[in-house]
Amino acid sequence: MAAGFLSSEFVHNYKRNASAIAGSLILVVFALIVVAGPLMVWQNPYDIAQLDLMDAFKPPMWLEGGEARFPFGTDGQGRDVLAGVLYGTRVSVLIGLSAMAMSCVIGTTLGLLAGFYGGRLDAVIMRIADIQLSFPSMLIALFLMSAFGTGIDKVLISLTAVGWVVYARTVRGSTLSEVQKEYIQAARVAGLRDGKIIRRHILPNVMTPLIVVATVQVGTFILIEASLSFLGVGVPITEPSLGLLIKNGFDVLFSGLWWTSVFPGIVIMALVFGINLFGDFLRDELNPRLK
Amino acid sequence: MTAMLEVENLTQEFRLGGSLLERMRFDKGRLSFPDKRVKAVNGVSFRIARGEVMALVGESGCGKSTVAKTIARIYRPTGGKIRIEGEDIAGYGVRELLPVRSRMQMIFQDPYASLNPRQRVRDIVAEPLLEQTTGTAARREVAERTLALLAKVGLNTEHAGRYPHQFSGGQRQRIGIARALSVNPGLIIADEPVSALDVSIQAQILNLMMDLRDEFGLAYLFISHDLSVVHHIADRVGVMYLGFLVETGPREHIFSAPRHPYTRALLSAAPSIEKTRSRPEIELKGEVPSALDLPSGCCFRTRCPLAFERCRLERPTLKPVGGGAEVACHLTDEPDRDRA
Amino acid sequence: MTATPALEAVSPKEIPAKTGAPLLAVEGLRTWFHTFSGTVKAVDGVSFALRPGEIMGLVGESGGGKSVVGFSILGLIDPPGRIEDGRILFEGRNLAGLSEAELRQIRGRDIAMVFQDPMTSLNPLHTVGRQMDEMLQLHTDLDAAGRRARCIEMLESVGISRAADRLSAYPHQFSGGMRQRVVIAIAMLARPKLVIADEPTTALDVTIQAQILKLMRRQIRDNGTAMILVTHDLAVVSEMADHITVLYCGKVVERGPTDDVIRRPAHPYTRGLIDSIPDPAHRQPRLKQIPGAVPDIRKLPKGCSFKDRCFRAEALCGERVPELVVQGDRAHACHYPLTEGDSR
Repeated sequence: MAAGFLSSEFVHNYKRNASAIAGSLILVVFALIVVAGPLMVWQNPYDIAQLDLMDAFKPPMWLEGGEARFPFGTDGQGRDVLAGVLYGTRVSVLIGLSAMAMSCVIGTTLGLLAGFYGGRLDAVIMRIADIQLSFPSMLIALFLMSAFGTGIDKVLISLTAVGWVVYARTVRGSTLSEVQKEYIQAARVAGLRDGKIIRRHILPNVMTPLIVVATVQVGTFILIEASLSFLGVGVPITEPSLGLLIKNGFDVLFSGLWWTSVFPGIVIMALVFGINLFGDFLRDELNPRLK
Repeated sequence: MTAMLEVENLTQEFRLGGSLLERMRFDKGRLSFPDKRVKAVNGVSFRIARGEVMALVGESGCGKSTVAKTIARIYRPTGGKIRIEGEDIAGYGVRELLPVRSRMQMIFQDPYASLNPRQRVRDIVAEPLLEQTTGTAARREVAERTLALLAKVGLNTEHAGRYPHQFSGGQRQRIGIARALSVNPGLIIADEPVSALDVSIQAQILNLMMDLRDEFGLAYLFISHDLSVVHHIADRVGVMYLGFLVETGPREHIFSAPRHPYTRALLSAAPSIEKTRSRPEIELKGEVPSALDLPSGCCFRTRCPLAFERCRLERPTLKPVGGGAEVACHLTDEPDRDRA
Repeated sequence: MTATPALEAVSPKEIPAKTGAPLLAVEGLRTWFHTFSGTVKAVDGVSFALRPGEIMGLVGESGGGKSVVGFSILGLIDPPGRIEDGRILFEGRNLAGLSEAELRQIRGRDIAMVFQDPMTSLNPLHTVGRQMDEMLQLHTDLDAAGRRARCIEMLESVGISRAADRLSAYPHQFSGGMRQRVVIAIAMLARPKLVIADEPTTALDVTIQAQILKLMRRQIRDNGTAMILVTHDLAVVSEMADHITVLYCGKVVERGPTDDVIRRPAHPYTRGLIDSIPDPAHRQPRLKQIPGAVPDIRKLPKGCSFKDRCFRAEALCGERVPELVVQGDRAHACHYPLTEGDSR
């Protein structure tokens, strides 16, 4: 099976697609950061005991006054920017992934039910989705966060509330076309109940397009979370994500202390860029309409 | 002796979907929301004895597939009775139907769409039987039986671990047949089982189905639009038009002495490689009317070259014409017009 | 080709008799598709000729390459497909060497196509009248009134009543059979010399199929048009075609006058196809069947492609690909052809 995959058209096309390779290399680097980020730096930026105000606002090491201890400089609390970025990346990525997983589970379930049963249930679910789609997702998230207050759990709930719609719509569409196929009728003739038909027969056949949706959504979520944190309604100040790091540095950006803001900015851009490059490749490969 | 299957006055209506807005009509200053109903099957009755092959023929939209799927209880019938070995299952729910499923199974038309692409062949074939089975020991027996079934329909046991896309259309149809056989049913409903296959493969599948009938004493309800296939496989034939059974009888009656004008038209329209055959006896004009709005009287009168006044006023019912055949046509009462 | 596109220029008298020079000669056509999993030799050395006014049935099972032959003639092969080799001589001109612009001139005017699914050949957004008018604008110099008259005349000739009203109808307002009539009307509008009909009645019911076949036969005869009827249905071919060409795995296995081929097929594959059709006149408990399935065209066996399914195969069949042997108006590609003595 593994050998079959390696010689498949998917792998063949991947090898010839420079941007897909670039995207996945970026993602590999970020995966390493998420797994082993804290091991790469000496300072734990969340541990106040390790911070020294004497080290505040040190420039990057290649500038005058920079030190090798702080390769990308420090912020106002003497926190190593590199360490902050590595820890912050973890927060951002984990929020993006968890919110994606939660949206996917909830959205897929609702989409399956709407597509399978149709009728009033379908109408209700899809009208909610339509109404929600008529507002910018940022606005909804912002509204929810202002209502809930800051916190990682609240960010996750807000992002999920924004993100389930796209799964529900995609899954409902695929379900509607799968339900008409004869293998579903065959499952009925075999005596399967609805729940089993949905789980065993429909779910596996509507998953493929979700891979693309999910990949791109992680990028979107990271950006929304960064925006929320930038606006001060996202993650708490004790566990800064990349967005919050940018905000913290933004206050002093025009005093010439650019590094505290710019480095997390570059990292978030690289991360979302990598996700989108790889997402585009997946879309081209997995979308049957383009094939 | 009770029949394997007895269908009595089966009707099936489908409500055309659509929201209130789509159905909204404005008529004489009044707003109404008419309920459009497709009358797919209009009072069909027939019986199939054990080991008998009954074919339903007709053109697309005549309701033959709906009859099959309603009997298989993929749909709930609007009215009428469906007796499997004397037991009326027309009103059964999913739970009550489960034991019935082991006496009646189905083979589908599309060898591509009728198998779940994400399931392995052994899981596809075992599915109906597993629903009837509990306990691990019994499940192990199911696995053995699955391999035996694959061999029975002409596949290798090493095929069991593969996915449907690795097979040709004919092989997929064999998998579908093995699935239907898994519960050892007495009746198999076959909905156009060979119409999606190439002719050379078609012959293989028809031969397989007939061999299995001889071995297991199966009864088939065989749905087809192909008269040459029906002539080959069926003991008895029912001809359907617009949801009505217009003629039914033993194979020889339908093919040698058809009485209903539609049956005759159907037979003369079918192309044949035998050039010697006589030219069209009856040629039809126009097309089948909509099932949303059935004609008054006889459903076939709008295309019937022999239609007369009574056909518009009165709907004919099936009447015996001898030799086990029944015809729903006013001409049986007035043989003089038939000759004209 | 003279520069007189006016329809009246082509009168039946000018159409050469059936014994004249071929209208279309396909010689050694190879159309291959280069896919990731290998080269699909969909058409691999196909030759046949068609005289004006003749109907040729192109028969085979799915994967035989019969539709690709039709598309190749019209120059409708898109990448990864390519015409690798061979000539398509239409009135002496090699279509395989023409540019897209030159082919566009020929398509519709000289060669028309009728597809299996009438919905794909009609534009759902335009009225039938507009689609017919477009065809005439492109290929004739009639004025607006003349074009309209011609459209109405054409619709009437394919049996569509109230033709003038129907011109302003959209394709979805027609039933399947009516749509196929419209497609045939459009195909015949410019009085083409050749019509390629790809499974024109496969999607239709038997009673409608009988109507359409009769209509096509009449249109072909009245206009002196030649036709290639691509189909899997031997029964349809036997009722329609003068000649029959049987394809298997991209190669011609047998060719000849229809009645002759069906009465005494030379190739075991043709025999198998004929025997697979249940014959109401000689009902037998079991059908004669061709064992196995069409092989994967990317991994054809050595020698004859049919040898693994053939009841007459010998050692030679696994070694050498049989050449097409021409004998009079018959041809076959088999090392051990059936003869009169091999009874059914």
